Amino acid sequence: MERIIKNGIVYCPLNGIDGEKMDICIKDGKIVESVSDNAEVIDASGKIVMPGGVEVHSHIAGAKVNVGRMMRPEDSKKDAEATNEDINRRAGSGFSVPSTFMTGYRYAQMGYSTAMEAAMPPLLARHTHEELEATPILDHAAFPLFGNNWFVMDYLGKGDIDSCMAYASWLLKSTKGYAIKIVNPCGTEAWGWGGNVRGLHDTAPHFSVTPAEVIKGLAEVNEKLKLPHSIHLHCNDLGHPGNYETTLESFDLPKGIKVDPVTGSRDTVLHATHVQYHSYGGTSWRDFESAADIVADYVNKSNHMTIDVGQVTLDETTTMTADGPMEFDLHTLNGLKWANCDVEMETGSGVVPFIYSAKAPVPAVQWAIGMELFLLVKDADKVCLTTDTPNAGPFTRYPRVMAWLMSNQYRTDLLENELHKWAQKRSSIATIDREYSLYEIAQITRSTPAKVLGLSDTKGHLGVGADADISIYDMNPETMDLAADYKMVENKFQKASYLLKDGEFAVKDGEVINTDLKGKTFWADTQIESDLYKNVLADIEKQFVKYYSINFQNYAVEDSYISKSAPIKGVSL
Amino acid sequence: MSEIKLTLKKQSPVPIETPNIKPDVFAGKTIDEIKELEIMLGNNKVKLSDFFDVEGEPAETPEEIKIVIEGDSSNIKRIGQGMKAGEILVKGDVNMYVGLEMEGGKLTVEGNTSTWAGQDMKGGELEILGNTGDYLGSSYRGDWRGMSGGIITVHGNVGYEMAEYMGGGKILVKGNADQMPGIHMSSGLVIIEGNVPSRTGGEMTGGTIVVQGVVDSFLPGFEFLGVEKNIEIEGTEFLGAFYKFKGDYAMKGANGTVYVAVAGNKHIVP
Ligand SMILES: [Zn+2]
Repeated sequence: MERIIKNGIVYCPLNGIDGEKMDICIKDGKIVESVSDNAEVIDASGKIVMPGGVEVHSHIAGAKVNVGRMMRPEDSKKDAEATNEDINRRAGSGFSVPSTFMTGYRYAQMGYSTAMEAAMPPLLARHTHEELEATPILDHAAFPLFGNNWFVMDYLGKGDIDSCMAYASWLLKSTKGYAIKIVNPCGTEAWGWGGNVRGLHDTAPHFSVTPAEVIKGLAEVNEKLKLPHSIHLHCNDLGHPGNYETTLESFDLPKGIKVDPVTGSRDTVLHATHVQYHSYGGTSWRDFESAADIVADYVNKSNHMTIDVGQVTLDETTTMTADGPMEFDLHTLNGLKWANCDVEMETGSGVVPFIYSAKAPVPAVQWAIGMELFLLVKDADKVCLTTDTPNAGPFTRYPRVMAWLMSNQYRTDLLENELHKWAQKRSSIATIDREYSLYEIAQITRSTPAKVLGLSDTKGHLGVGADADISIYDMNPETMDLAADYKMVENKFQKASYLLKDGEFAVKDGEVINTDLKGKTFWADTQIESDLYKNVLADIEKQFVKYYSINFQNYAVEDSYISKSAPIKGVSL
Repeated sequence: MSEIKLTLKKQSPVPIETPNIKPDVFAGKTIDEIKELEIMLGNNKVKLSDFFDVEGEPAETPEEIKIVIEGDSSNIKRIGQGMKAGEILVKGDVNMYVGLEMEGGKLTVEGNTSTWAGQDMKGGELEILGNTGDYLGSSYRGDWRGMSGGIITVHGNVGYEMAEYMGGGKILVKGNADQMPGIHMSSGLVIIEGNVPSRTGGEMTGGTIVVQGVVDSFLPGFEFLGVEKNIEIEGTEFLGAFYKFKGDYAMKGANGTVYVAVAGNKHIVP
């Protein structure tokens, strides 16, 4: 099948294309140099054309997401869709934690074609993949949690990086996982004993390892395995006033480690996630203030890392993370219902509903901190758009975040009319008048996430050889004042004119028209053939008998759980 | 007042859902247009006239309209959902969710109702002459923000967990209430003239519950404050002597009040 998208205004940062009028040719699901005269023509005159959106950090599948769905029937009342038998569309519901089908539809409607599930408990990998399989359209991957894993803490406590590397290789393959995710290292394990760690130098109970050693050790493991993505870090002390010092110290840890992935073009050793939650000044909620300027300054001066923001969207949402103790703190703060879970030798999690009210002081400052990070980090190659969905707000608010970034007027209207005055007093947001260009929007939603994930060979750009994941939006920067007409911008990004997935129409005029499209599952395939690997496997089997509730043989996710497997090569030793 | 009569002409194998049966929707429509209104039969949309004969005088505003439902309506859900004005009179029984999200007007059911009557009610008046099921005047399942206003009167008995998460308004039960009336309530007034087996006001943080009948047992999370005679709450006088409790101390900031008639309840005080 050949198609040609004609006369669109194209934004493709990885190829340096900034609003040029050009045609994009598609053949057999890929972008090609040219097509024959028989190609189907898609007229994109006066419309903008971008690569399909790439989500670097979301919570859309797996056990804790499902706990969120189950414990919040009232969330389902706020967004629901009926079946449509003509296009095989499934019914679904959920505003902050939509059902799997709705998740696929809603991302696609916004022009997104790839999404990462950022926290997969290894033991519950099968469930995570089952849900991802039931999430239509999106290419996807899941990041297994490593930061509180007993094997990891044991090996790194002994300084045995190589065994840890062999274990990580095995775990990624066993869970069909993609990247090394670290959440509050040592803290979630401590929560199993009713505690937490503060800063980077407390040890996990019954282990002789600190958060700093876990972060640095796993970063070394990551680069020894030459994985596509860097370590993906949720820093310690999330959400605590004054935590920016821990954040900066964490950023420093992996600095200097050599980067040489087998696939992709990543040149950074650290991706720090939802940094909004980690850029807090003050000493308590009373003198709470933004430290985003200090954190942004660090990022501006560094070349070894990228961040995503975790922008607060001022909605009622559902928080969920493997940071169990943080969720308990949140529950004691807002008094709402909560769930908490311990996952054997691996991790834990918690879920609490949360209302980010614009009129309340703290959420107003949190909103401002997120915006400051976007606007004070100068290079959009270092920052990705996220809301840590659903933690700081649902992903369906991305279009609003884009409109905020593109319009100082929008932000000013919000600051002056809706937000608590702390937003202006406790941050510098009111003094920043930078506005994102469409090129920069394409960076933070396409090229930067694709590159940092190690997927930029085929994702996040429109060059020859890329997957034909293409979104088209009905707005024309040449004839419209996008900063002034910010509501229009928001609406257009919410409902793409088209999304093509692997060259097929997924969305037309803002509605999903093909629900049968199925995404690929990316996972990290590393090979280590050595005595080291055999020894580590023997160690794992021994520990399974001793501690795990299931047999070693029943642990790995079978290939049959992944219908479109897309292994990404790492090291072969 | 103009009366529009809906007479049920057949029964459905599954419940039919009729949030469109309310004066707000009927206002400004002709009888023929009302006949065309959508109702849900399972996941299919059907016409009001598929199940009802419609007759009467239409009117321009909801305030002028009284809807009367005749026939066996025991399989109809969501009558009067979100109604803001006018009147509805149901001559028989109804299924779940009658008067949910009501904001104004008056809705009367002469028979019994199933569960979730008056859920999330914000205003207006709901009167049930028979019995009602569980979750009378409650919140939506899972939500911690429930009924916030209006008045519900039940002449018969009610089921479990009435006034769950109630945050305002008033509920009067002339019969008995089953377990956990006023669970999680934070404000408003619940009056039960009959008996309650147990767990009155469990996890309540505010508001007032008056039980005039007998309670079999009472929760330990309440502080006994003594006996008060001929109490008055929100303009209503309750004659006789009442034990007064404060709680439920299982919750942070517990500030709910429960009055239980002294007569027949000596077993619950220290
Ligand atoms: Zn997250």
